[in-house]
Amino acid sequence: MSHVQLKEVSKVFGANADTALRLMREGKDKTEVQAQTGATVGVYNASIEIARGETFVVMGLSGSGKSTLLRCINRIHEPTSGVVKVGDVDVTKLDRKELQEFRRRAFGMVFQRFALLPHRTVTGNVEYGLEVKGVPREERLRKVEEVLELVGLGGWGDHRPSQLSGGMQQRVGLARALAVDPDILLMDEAFSALDPLIKREMQDELLSLQERMQKTIIFITHDLDEALKLGDRIAVMKDGRVVQVGTPEEIVSEPEDEYVAAFTAGVDRSKVLTAGSIMKDPSPVIRSKDGPKTALQLMRRHGISSLFVVDNQGKLVGLLDADSATGAADRGAKSIAEAIDPNPTTVDVDTPLRESMRIASEGNWPAAVTDASGRLRGVLVKGAILSALTSQPEYSDAPDESAADTSATAHG
Amino acid sequence: MFDIFDSFEIPAGDWIEGIVDWLVGNYRPFFQAIRWPVDQVLATTQDLLLAVPELLFLIGLFLVAWRLANWRIGLFSTLAFALVGFIGLWEELIITFSMVISSVLFCVVVGIPLGIFAARSEGFFRILRPVLDAFQTMPAFVYLVPVVMLFSIGTVPGVIATIIFSLAPIIRLTNLGLRQVPEDVVEAANSFGSSSMQLLVKVQLPLALSTIMAGVNQTIMLSLSMVVIAALIGAGGLGVVVFSGLNRLQVGTAGIGGIGIVLLAMVLDRITQTMAEKSGRKSQGLG
Repeated sequence: MSHVQLKEVSKVFGANADTALRLMREGKDKTEVQAQTGATVGVYNASIEIARGETFVVMGLSGSGKSTLLRCINRIHEPTSGVVKVGDVDVTKLDRKELQEFRRRAFGMVFQRFALLPHRTVTGNVEYGLEVKGVPREERLRKVEEVLELVGLGGWGDHRPSQLSGGMQQRVGLARALAVDPDILLMDEAFSALDPLIKREMQDELLSLQERMQKTIIFITHDLDEALKLGDRIAVMKDGRVVQVGTPEEIVSEPEDEYVAAFTAGVDRSKVLTAGSIMKDPSPVIRSKDGPKTALQLMRRHGISSLFVVDNQGKLVGLLDADSATGAADRGAKSIAEAIDPNPTTVDVDTPLRESMRIASEGNWPAAVTDASGRLRGVLVKGAILSALTSQPEYSDAPDESAADTSATAHG
Repeated sequence: MFDIFDSFEIPAGDWIEGIVDWLVGNYRPFFQAIRWPVDQVLATTQDLLLAVPELLFLIGLFLVAWRLANWRIGLFSTLAFALVGFIGLWEELIITFSMVISSVLFCVVVGIPLGIFAARSEGFFRILRPVLDAFQTMPAFVYLVPVVMLFSIGTVPGVIATIIFSLAPIIRLTNLGLRQVPEDVVEAANSFGSSSMQLLVKVQLPLALSTIMAGVNQTIMLSLSMVVIAALIGAGGLGVVVFSGLNRLQVGTAGIGGIGIVLLAMVLDRITQTMAEKSGRKSQGLG
C-alpha cells in the first residue's frame, strides 16, 4: 500500500483558477495560461504514489512546480483541486485544527535556506516542533540531545545558528525535522544551498540515516546527480506537470520525452546504468553435451569467436572459445565438456556499469551477465558499453537500438 | 466672466461641523468614557514622578537608562534632566514627560494589536492604509478643534490628541516588521503545526521586535512634538513655556522652553533607538 498518494493534484495561484485549469486541460502550457488568465499554474494534475520507506525524489528546473507540489502535501499551499492522502488520512479534507494536529505528528520539513529561527539557540530550534506539540521540557531536551548526536552536532546546542556554517545549519534543520519523529520527511532542495563537498557529505549522511530510519522521504531537487544518488524513484516535472516517474535507471535509459532526455544528457551514465540495462542478447548459447563441431558451426554462422555454455535450467556453465573448440574437434571429442573454461568473466545484472567495466576489463571479453540464481541473462560486449556511455538514448520506445546510434545526441 | 467654481460649492466645512456637532450631541458620554482611562494613567504617572525627590529621580533615571541602553546614555540622560531642572523648568519637564509616557503607552496598547491584525489581514490593511496616511499628513493643529469639542480643554484632551496624532507609526511598523519575517521561517513554523498564536509569539514577534521598537521610537518623537502643540488647548508642561514666551514676545522664555523640549527629545530618542538596535541584534542571534 502506498504511504503518500497524490491524486490529480493541481495548484493555481491567483484568481481564475477554474479557467486556468480548463485551459491546461485543453493542452495549453502555463505561459499561455498566465497570459490569458493572469493565474499562475504551480502544479497541474499530478498523480503520484509513494511507498512507505521510499526515498522519492521530485526533480525539475526552477519554476517547474516541484516545491509547490511538496507544499501541497502538507498544505502549506492549499491544493486547488485533487486529493492528497497520507496512509488512510485524506489530508485535503482536514479542517484547520485537524491539519495542525496532523502536521505535528506526520511531517518533518527541511528547507533550502534552512529557515532556522535566528533568535533561538540550536537547541531552541531543534525542540521547536516538540514545543508546539506541548511535549514537556525535560523530554524535549532529551530528544534534542539524541537527534543532535544523530546528525553529528552533539555539544553544539548552545550555539546560535548565525555562528554555524551552512552545512552545520542544515544539520540543525535536519535535526529539527527528525526531532518530531515524523513518518514523512519533506526536503525542499535541502542541500542545494551548500557547497559541493558539503553537499556530497550530507547526501551520504542522509543515505546512511535512511538506512537506519526507513522514513518516507520526499526530496525536491533540481540536481540530477543528487536525484539519481538519493532516489529510489524519481518524478521529473516540467511546467507544473509530472512528465515521468521511474527508477533512476529508467529515467536515464528510457526517457519518456525530449525534456527528460535533455535533462539526463549530462549525467555520468556509468553510475546509473547497470550491466542489465546495456547487456546484449546472449544467444546463441550451447549446452555442454553438444559436440565441438556444432559449436564451431554456430560460431561461424554468427561471426563470433566464443560461446557461453548453459545447462538445462539456463544456468551459466562456462565459456567455450573457438581455439579450444577446434582442439576438441581435432582430438575427436564427442562433447565440448572438457574444452569449456569454467570460470568466465561474470557480472551480476544489478552491478553498476562502472563496476561492470572494471570487472570485464580485468578479465576477458565478452563478460557474462547472470542473475541471482546464476542464470545467464545476457552478455556484455565492449562496443555496447562504449556506445551506452557516449550516446544519448532517444525518447522512443526502443532505447536499446538508440544506444548504438550516436546520431541520437541531437538534443544534447 | 463665468467662473465654474462660482456655480457650485461643496459645503465640506459645514458637513464636518455637522458630523462633529452630531457626535458631541449624541455621544458625549462615550467620549467621556474614553477620557477616563487616559486621565487615570496620566494622573498616576504625573503624581508619581512629581512625588519622587529630584535627586532620587535623577539616580533612578540613570539606572533605568543604563539598563535599557547603556551607561553612557544613562549619564547623558541624567545630565540633560538635571540641566533642565537648573534652568528652573523641572515641574514642566516632568509634566511633559508624563504626557509622553501616557500617550505612548496607549499607542502601544492600541497600535501593536492593530499592526498585527493588519499584517494578517490583507483586507483590513487595505482599509487601514489610507486612514494612516491621512492621520500622518494631517497638520497637527487640525486635530485640536474636534478634540476640544469632544473632550473640552486641558491636559487630558491634549494627551488624547497626542495619542491620535502619534499612533500611525507604531501600527505601520508593527505591520511591516511582521511582514518582513522571512517566508520560509513562517512556513517552517507552520509545517511543524504551530497554531497561529504560537506562530505569532514564538516566531513573528521576536523577529519583528527591532522594527516594532523603531515604531515605538517614531511614536515617541511624534508624541513629543504633539504634547508641545497641545499647550494651545490648555495642556500643561514645557509647551506652555514656549507659548507664553511667544505671546509676550519673551525670547528668553521661549528659548528655555525649547531647550527643555530638545533635551527631553534627545534622551527619549537615544534610549529607544539603542533598545531597537539591541533587540535587532538579539533577533538575529548576534546579541
